[in-house]
Amino acid sequence: MANIPAELKYSAEHEWVDGDPAVGAVVTVGITAHAADALGDIVYAEPPAVGDTVTAGEVCGELESTKAVSELYSPVTGKVTETNEALEAAPESINTDAYGAGWIFKVELTAAPQDLLTPEAYSALTA
Amino acid sequence: MTTLRSPLHDEHVALDATLVDFAGWQMPVRYSGDIAEHQAVRTGAGLFDLSHMGELSVRGAGAADFLDFALAGRVSAVKLWGAKYTMLCNEAGGVIDDLVIYRRDWDHFFIVANASNKDRVVTELRDRIGAYEATVEDVSAEIALIAVQGPLSAQITGAMCELGEDDIAAMKYYSGANVLLEGGIHAFVARTGYTGEDGFELFVGADEAREVWQLALKYGTPLGMIPAGLSSRDSLRLEAGMPLYGQELDESTTPFEAGLGRIIAFGTEANPRGDFMGREALAKVKESGVAKQLVGLVGEGRRSARTGYAVTDEAGNQVGVVTSGVPSPTLGQPIAMAYVPVSMAEPGTVVGIDVRGRREEMTVTALPFYKREK
Repeated sequence: MANIPAELKYSAEHEWVDGDPAVGAVVTVGITAHAADALGDIVYAEPPAVGDTVTAGEVCGELESTKAVSELYSPVTGKVTETNEALEAAPESINTDAYGAGWIFKVELTAAPQDLLTPEAYSALTA
Repeated sequence: MTTLRSPLHDEHVALDATLVDFAGWQMPVRYSGDIAEHQAVRTGAGLFDLSHMGELSVRGAGAADFLDFALAGRVSAVKLWGAKYTMLCNEAGGVIDDLVIYRRDWDHFFIVANASNKDRVVTELRDRIGAYEATVEDVSAEIALIAVQGPLSAQITGAMCELGEDDIAAMKYYSGANVLLEGGIHAFVARTGYTGEDGFELFVGADEAREVWQLALKYGTPLGMIPAGLSSRDSLRLEAGMPLYGQELDESTTPFEAGLGRIIAFGTEANPRGDFMGREALAKVKESGVAKQLVGLVGEGRRSARTGYAVTDEAGNQVGVVTSGVPSPTLGQPIAMAYVPVSMAEPGTVVGIDVRGRREEMTVTALPFYKREK
């Protein structure tokens, strides 16, 4: 039922990570469809700034819906290389296409991720 | 505590609603999406399950006099089938609950209370009966409340009637009538709501709630009506500048501070009013004025103030508190209500808000943020 693509890795804070999780590699980060559904219509996304250092498990931005504000956690450690500028005008992409147009930021990894979940493990977490 | 379920619970599950715990009830927070539901009510119609709300019946030859004593408004002046927004205050003038009261007969008043306060309202009212010839009955469990709200609500609610369609069309805002819905279902229907739009609230037997919900969908869906959850209800009422108990109103706040002093009837020389609960304290507040005042705030940025955030002065000191805040779907800007010192309550005043550690500026503005065209 839940939309959890098999090719991605996940964090317990409901982010997804796309890409080779090796030091020096650039991965793409977003929030899961499950998290987007729980938040409701997202009206504002504040990703970290390009050049920022983010740390796995720590807050790096925020997501705001009509109903609530949620902190955005980084699932990985590294340096932000790019953010999704289209979210400025169309933050609702996170709701409508969480794993595609709703991507949030890209990180060049400076440490290998430790605690990422498989799709199966994330599915069990949200069941 | 067990979580209560609406008689429409199975309908919500079938609609794949997101359910949340609200005041001890499991209620739908959204169906399709907060903004779509909000816009549907502003432009067409939305269908709400409000069965968590409390309903009380106050009856007796002394019911009107009793409620005149127990509540802040002059209930005895309400015409038959009329409705009135009023409050239950404590002796210090603080608000125990805000209520809508309907006069269904000369000796019968129907009161809608907030779910979270209902038991307290019943207890307080019974404590105040004294020698009045009146009874207070909690009928919440046997009544479901379904609201059709939005510019198309009169058309939809009228279509649902077997008898009474003309009464729906002729009904004035803040009044009600008994109608017979299709299928022979009795309903008390009132032209009231909490959205800032035209709208109707249908009080029906809990055992007939699903039929009424389906009936509303049958006539509303072809006109674009969609089910709407508590999230859109909150953004709608906030745009309309309506207070929510527990946020804008509480026992340590008087109606004057909330900008609702007009709902207190002290009476006039020509038309005096007897004693009522909180009168002495409220008269003092009226005389001396208030220290803090509820204001509307609009922000130019993207980040919204939320309940509990600090309102700050130029030096960054906290001078007030945000009671409600939301990114307004209609205005496309953050809006909020907050208590601020009277010296900062003038429209146009710029205040600081500590939005999650960063200062954002918002401007005091007259309430409501949104007013429908009549």
